[in-house]
Amino acid sequence: MIIKYIIPVLLGVFAAPILGGLISGVDRRLTAWLQSRYGPPILQPFYDVAKLFGKKRNPVNTWQVFCAWLYCTAAMVSVIMFMLQADLLLIFFVQATGATFLVIGALSAVSPYSQIGGHRELIQILTYEPMLVLVFVGMYLVTGSFEVGTIAAYDNPLLIKLPLLFVVLGYALTIKLRKSPFDFSTSHHGHQELVKGLTTEYSGPHLALVEIGHWYEVVLVLLVVSLFWATNIFGAVILVAITYFAEIFVDNITARMTWRWMLGRVWFVGLAMSLANLVWLYAS
Amino acid sequence: MQFIKNFIAKSRAKSPWIMHFDCGSCNGCDIEVLACLTPMYDVERFGVVNVGNPKHADVLLVTGTVNPRNQKVLRNLYDQMPDPKGVIAIGSCGLSGGIFRDCYNVVGGVDKVIPVDVYVPGCPAKPEAIIDGVVKALGKFESLRRAG
Repeated sequence: MIIKYIIPVLLGVFAAPILGGLISGVDRRLTAWLQSRYGPPILQPFYDVAKLFGKKRNPVNTWQVFCAWLYCTAAMVSVIMFMLQADLLLIFFVQATGATFLVIGALSAVSPYSQIGGHRELIQILTYEPMLVLVFVGMYLVTGSFEVGTIAAYDNPLLIKLPLLFVVLGYALTIKLRKSPFDFSTSHHGHQELVKGLTTEYSGPHLALVEIGHWYEVVLVLLVVSLFWATNIFGAVILVAITYFAEIFVDNITARMTWRWMLGRVWFVGLAMSLANLVWLYAS
Repeated sequence: MQFIKNFIAKSRAKSPWIMHFDCGSCNGCDIEVLACLTPMYDVERFGVVNVGNPKHADVLLVTGTVNPRNQKVLRNLYDQMPDPKGVIAIGSCGLSGGIFRDCYNVVGGVDKVIPVDVYVPGCPAKPEAIIDGVVKALGKFESLRRAG
């Protein structure tokens, strides 16, 4: 009982945001290194969030407060479900619900920056969700199940059978992390045409909730990445580390593109690669 | 609870998000403000992020003379920043209006419109002086911590 349920839930609730914050800190440090800067301390994201919790509450409306809480909670629940080895499709439906509420919160404010950021985020969700579902379909075709436990217990690393779908997951990860070239709904630095886009109108404690929700989501997507080498813990960690470094590298060498480019490119390339991988699986 | 309060107070000093408003400056001070963010000075070492959004900002950096048209914008930006917040006036023009202070269209320094915590002199102010100003403004957050 304790090992099966309570420890995974505690890990999901407490360890995931700590890990997510550390990953975010390492991310900023590596980005600074790539830009010939020294960069902030690794614990900087925790200082940022603690400071935001200490700021005066200044919500635009009550909807926004509700949406910030729901986004954070849905992201947390999806990580807990992953730890409890639930169904991958269900996990991502819960996550997508939270992501949509974040957009609703942004759209509930009249600010044009927030509005356009919200619309762009919807397009981003529209772009990556089908890709994720295709990745799960590939996992199902190999292992015969959508459940995390069964997929993780598969004999061989999934990467060998699903190399193209792993690249597709990489696209989805870049969009989910809002990194260049897909950082157009918001970005880490606010000097852009949309100020902070999606998160412009979230402030103080509510922005902190959005940030924590984002940490949960990062951990969730990286857990999905780790499923591609679930046979060995070291293999999984190395795969996740390489994937995340590749994300940061791509973020630093590419410029922001338009949503039309993203939708066309990701759907076209993503669908073609998914199809090729699925046909190969079927044929073999 | 005391631990959380202390951590939040410590974090305020470790995570000052700045917003820069050019109140009609000649761009000399603005270039120096942006120079602070370059690899040469890299203020992100101290957790400083240039957010460009009043709702996320802790410290407002204002350069240039205030005039009757942009004083409303300055006031508006200041009002949108959630407490606790600090304001730094940068350069001779931001401090007093500088050589333009007697012009018919100049209101004067930034402190004629909003309360200023730190004054950074110079024409233009040096990046080192601006970083020092931000550190002084953090001292204000520190004094809040002592006051409880």
